[in-house]
Amino acid sequence: MAGFDKTNNTPPRWLLAELTYACPLQCPYCSNPLDYAKYPSELSTEDWMRVLTQARKMGAVQLGFSGGEPLTRKDLTELVRHARQLGYYSNLITSGYGLTEEKIVQLKEAGLDHIQVSIQASTQELNDHIAGTASYVHKKEVAHLVKKHGYPMVLCVVIHRENIHQMQDILEMAEELGADYLELANTQYYGWAHANRDLLLPTREQFEEAERIAQAYKEKVAGKMKIYYVVPDYYEDRPKACMNGWGTTFLTIAPDGVALPCHSARELPGLDCPNVKDLSIEEIWHDSKAFNFFRGQEWMKEPCRSCDEKHKDFGGCRCQAYLLTGDMYNTDPVCSKSPNHQVIDAAIASAAAVALAPNEKPLLFRNSKNSREFM
Amino acid sequence: MTIQPDKIISFSPTHRLQWEEAQQKNVILYPEGMVELNTSSAEILKLCDGTRTLDQLINELEQKFATTGLSNDINAFLEVALHNGWIRQN
Ligand code: SF4
Ligand code: SF4
Repeated sequence: MAGFDKTNNTPPRWLLAELTYACPLQCPYCSNPLDYAKYPSELSTEDWMRVLTQARKMGAVQLGFSGGEPLTRKDLTELVRHARQLGYYSNLITSGYGLTEEKIVQLKEAGLDHIQVSIQASTQELNDHIAGTASYVHKKEVAHLVKKHGYPMVLCVVIHRENIHQMQDILEMAEELGADYLELANTQYYGWAHANRDLLLPTREQFEEAERIAQAYKEKVAGKMKIYYVVPDYYEDRPKACMNGWGTTFLTIAPDGVALPCHSARELPGLDCPNVKDLSIEEIWHDSKAFNFFRGQEWMKEPCRSCDEKHKDFGGCRCQAYLLTGDMYNTDPVCSKSPNHQVIDAAIASAAAVALAPNEKPLLFRNSKNSREFM
Repeated sequence: MTIQPDKIISFSPTHRLQWEEAQQKNVILYPEGMVELNTSSAEILKLCDGTRTLDQLINELEQKFATTGLSNDINAFLEVALHNGWIRQN
């Protein structure tokens, strides 16, 4: 925190623009904050234009338009066009819901580089159940159209206990749809996913079986379809190198303009995350309390502080440390060296017990009504 | 994967090659990723614009840099590029 020299800061490379929290879907693993209904205000078109310009000037080049569902923003095409003029490589991260061929063409002309469509499962019944909205048929149609109009097609499937048994079918579906990239994202337990963890976390056996299938398929489709496999960190011995290091690479702007070093960071206490309505991206990146909070290694506690692996994983994820141990300075409990590692074992055991229970409790779907319960 | 001598080489339509002012480097951009290029790799890739075969490309670079004997290096790099999907032939 203290004494950090801003000339040592690397500039942001990846900008995640969360345009809105509005979304027609209700995925129970959504990474938006549980209390998102508390933040209904959205940045204006001018605000977003300025943010894109300032971040690009600093060196940001990969840009994700996300949400919520970014298609609900009327000015999306305008923002895409501006991003292209600035030289961003831009990505629309969408549920596909409400995406028409006309819009796909319009966005292409505006300069959008790729579209990432999420599908919840390989069957209509499960997809529509998880999404909380009938959307399967349309999503597949969208995937075809994305391909037809010359975009690299990135299919994203979030993996959890309800769909992990479909791994083989999911892989086949992706190949059949002509995906150039398949992102198999094991659920990360933040936000809504954390609230639903007992119902979503697969067993170690399920996870190992699914990973084996995915790895074998990776070889089969090498050179044709690239598979990004996001590991479920609860089954690892070491935490992920979260955000490639705090305030080194990633910049997220939430719908209301709050700038975040990672998209869950607004749940951490005392960071005073700045807003782009008050400060420039340059000021936010270099000088704000939030972006300097966990830069470097000064903040670390034991066992990270004297650990020879701290350059590799930066002590893991701050949000996970906070969520699972109540102290955001702690070692990420996923690490086997963490004195709190038993919370992970307990979470796994608790999920397994729930899986075996005769009456499963229902999933908590991500919608405004449920969100207001957390305000 | 090997480069076929009789076919022209083009840059992948789903990747983008561009100069990054902030990094003072050419980069390749693609979904979820970015590769930083050194000067010679960038020079080679810029000529993969759908108008040249391998031999034509080598000739042009050897002329540009007034040298000979680049063919092995260029071929090896292009094989990597093909394998990574940065370029294509058809
Ligand atoms: S995860 Fe689902 S509910 Fe959340 S923003 Fe994406 S599509 Fe909407
Ligand atoms: S103790 Fe900390 S730095 Fe060491 S491996 Fe674990 S999380 Fe990483």
